[in-house]
Amino acid sequence: MRKELEKYFRTEKLPHIWCPGCGHGILTGAVVRAIDNLKLDQGKICIVSGIGCSSRAPGYLNFNTLHTTHGRALAFATGIKLAKPELKVIVLTGDGDCAAIGGNHFIHACRRNIDITTVVFNNNIYGMTSGQYSPMTPQGAFATTAPYGNIDRSFDLCKLAQSAGATYVARGTVYHIPQLIKLIEKALLHKGFSLIDAISICPTYFGRKNKMSSPVRMMEFIKDACIPAKNAEKLTKEELAGKIVIGEFYEEFAPEYTEEYAKVIEKAREGK
Amino acid sequence: MNSKAILMQGNEACVEGAIAAGMRFYAGYPITPSTEIAELSAEKLPKVGGKFIQMEDEIASMGAVIGASLAGLKAMTATSGPGFSLKQENIGFACLTEVPCVIVNVQRGGPSTGLPTLPAQGDVMQARWGTHGDHPIIVVSPSYVKEVYELTIRAFNLSEKYRVPCILLMDEVVAHMREKVELPDPSSIKIINRKKPDPTIKEYEPYKDCDGDGIPPMANFGEGIPFHVTGLIHDITGFPSTSATVTEALITRLMKKIYDNLDDILDYESIFTNDADTVIISFGSTARSVMRAVQIMRREGQKIGMLRLKTIWPFAHRAIQELSSQVKNLIVAEMNFGQLVEMVKASAEGRFYVAGINKFNGELIAPNEIISRTREVRSRA
Amino acid sequence: MMAEKTFSIHVNDRACKRCGICIAFCPKKVFSSENGKPVVTNLEACIKCKLCELRCPDYAIVVGGEENE
Ligand SMILES: Cc1ncc(C[n+]2csc(CCOP(=O)(O)OP(=O)(O)O)c2C)c(N)n1
Ligand code: SF4
Ligand code: SF4
Ligand code: SF4
Ligand SMILES: [Mg+2]
Repeated sequence: MRKELEKYFRTEKLPHIWCPGCGHGILTGAVVRAIDNLKLDQGKICIVSGIGCSSRAPGYLNFNTLHTTHGRALAFATGIKLAKPELKVIVLTGDGDCAAIGGNHFIHACRRNIDITTVVFNNNIYGMTSGQYSPMTPQGAFATTAPYGNIDRSFDLCKLAQSAGATYVARGTVYHIPQLIKLIEKALLHKGFSLIDAISICPTYFGRKNKMSSPVRMMEFIKDACIPAKNAEKLTKEELAGKIVIGEFYEEFAPEYTEEYAKVIEKAREGK
Repeated sequence: MNSKAILMQGNEACVEGAIAAGMRFYAGYPITPSTEIAELSAEKLPKVGGKFIQMEDEIASMGAVIGASLAGLKAMTATSGPGFSLKQENIGFACLTEVPCVIVNVQRGGPSTGLPTLPAQGDVMQARWGTHGDHPIIVVSPSYVKEVYELTIRAFNLSEKYRVPCILLMDEVVAHMREKVELPDPSSIKIINRKKPDPTIKEYEPYKDCDGDGIPPMANFGEGIPFHVTGLIHDITGFPSTSATVTEALITRLMKKIYDNLDDILDYESIFTNDADTVIISFGSTARSVMRAVQIMRREGQKIGMLRLKTIWPFAHRAIQELSSQVKNLIVAEMNFGQLVEMVKASAEGRFYVAGINKFNGELIAPNEIISRTREVRSRA
Repeated sequence: MMAEKTFSIHVNDRACKRCGICIAFCPKKVFSSENGKPVVTNLEACIKCKLCELRCPDYAIVVGGEENE
């Protein structure tokens, strides 16, 4: 590991538990590099996760870290942020953790526009429980609980976040790391709720079930499927089928929740 | 004397007590008959610089409360049956990670949506065992509005002292009743705050029993000592472990920090038990009817006593075992199908005849019902 | 006495889980595989884009610096 990055890791806990070629390691590296590029105050960062392979990330990171219950990271994070707004709160979560069991917390955190950066380690599958379909598994893909192909329609997390009220929304991938780091940096600097839908790879379960069991094969798949948001604008729905659109989707400057609450305190005190 | 008498509702006394105890964070989701606690917290907390948030559900409320407590604020949530069920997974998280917090459950008739506006005491066992796995918990239950105030403060104090979630188990009657309460001078209230690690410490081990009392000092997030918290079984450093030794040591410590301190945690009131042949055991609003029944029967010269539990969990086995040998009968009055009575039977170990007075139809147990059941029990062949 | 700075790519063999990502996606084919293990066999071709370092899931690669172990 590069020397400058060591302070951000609990190096004694490495190597991590993730499988060879698991995208979650790549994404964790991107988060750390974004933090390092911005030279954020390490002691004032709090990283919160739920349950899943992805949610194991905070255990390797040398910050205030909280590994909560499945799907609930944003609820805990909301408590931390409102209690201590001076903390920079980052949520690392999985597609199942965030969009299935945690879906309600997710849309409400977006709606409040509370200053939390959420990075979804989106591998389109439940990795930790060994390969069941998630709300992000594409239609037609295979999973241990979709042995005949998945009939569920999947979410577009970015559209969901934007319509729920998130004020910074972007998607990146494990293949396009320099771009992803930039997107995470922007999200971290943004005041309000920011979402990074970070496309990950799970070669072990998604890969194996879908004839891409090597990490290299999965990375190639992502490389080929991605198109930049700008190019996507010109394409029809049919042309976009099966594509992963990446880049920035939305940025808005809107009142942030904890700042609004500070005003509530002022008002309540005046009325005393 | 700086104290002032005010006519107050139980739910209001709860909020007053919580703020006096140092509550500075409340997260909740409205549900009858606890809603006034949320409404009053929303109004009063910002006045003292505290924070209120209405979350999207009770699961989220419980999560936010734990997050806020980890960030250093004394935090509370309030709910009733359906919401109490939803909170259980995260209550277990707080038990295992030893995050102080107070959960108010204003009981209503159940199961399911049950009887939203009518009283019950059907969550006694859920308050103890609602979340999965072996875990410690403290549950206190008030019978008077004044006591709601006092026990809310006590709930915060116990929670902070022992780093354990503390449940204030109320019922609809106590929550909605109005009584005169004399609020004490704030400076006379004993407040306990969680003990903190030495700020100069280099290697903070968040779950190390430094003082030998089973209660590790607790750092707050963002105050200089970064640490890890997980709901997985963890060692003293806070990181996951599956070792049998580590697991056994952790669960044992979690239990012992409560069970080694029963003198401090248990709280009950014994009335006329010295010469009684029959003792009626109760708690919450039912204890009020029992009190009236006992007074009436005493006036008639009958040797009836009463044991009113203020700490429900851990259960006060001792209070029962210490009853004098002339006690023959124990009668447990509760607004449920028979929950606490099972604990009383276990404590009685056959020494006493144990009977129940149970009502689970949304109506209170009236003093005359207690009197006639007592008569029945005492005259049994 | 100053040693001349030499450019190198360090692969931490103990950290590497042999996923093959660095080998497959280096734009200049700097690595080759020795039973899955990446070995630098074409250092001169390296354009220092650091993509291999950024994409390594196990933080096993350092481009152009000294790895400290
Ligand atoms: C309440 C609850 N339900 C189910 C589980 C089991 N479980 C653990 S992780 C997980 C799915 C995780 O999927 P995802 O969030 O996509 O993370 P990944 O492992 O893919 O990174 C499930 C269902 C649990 N721990 N808790
Ligand atoms: S199961 Fe999948 S998501 Fe989990 S560590 Fe392995 S590759 Fe990663
Ligand atoms: S990317 Fe990293 S882990 Fe994978 S083969 Fe290369 S050095 Fe090894
Ligand atoms: S820095 Fe770029 S060119 Fe050089 S080895 Fe790494 S990927 Fe190849
Ligand atoms: Mg997943």
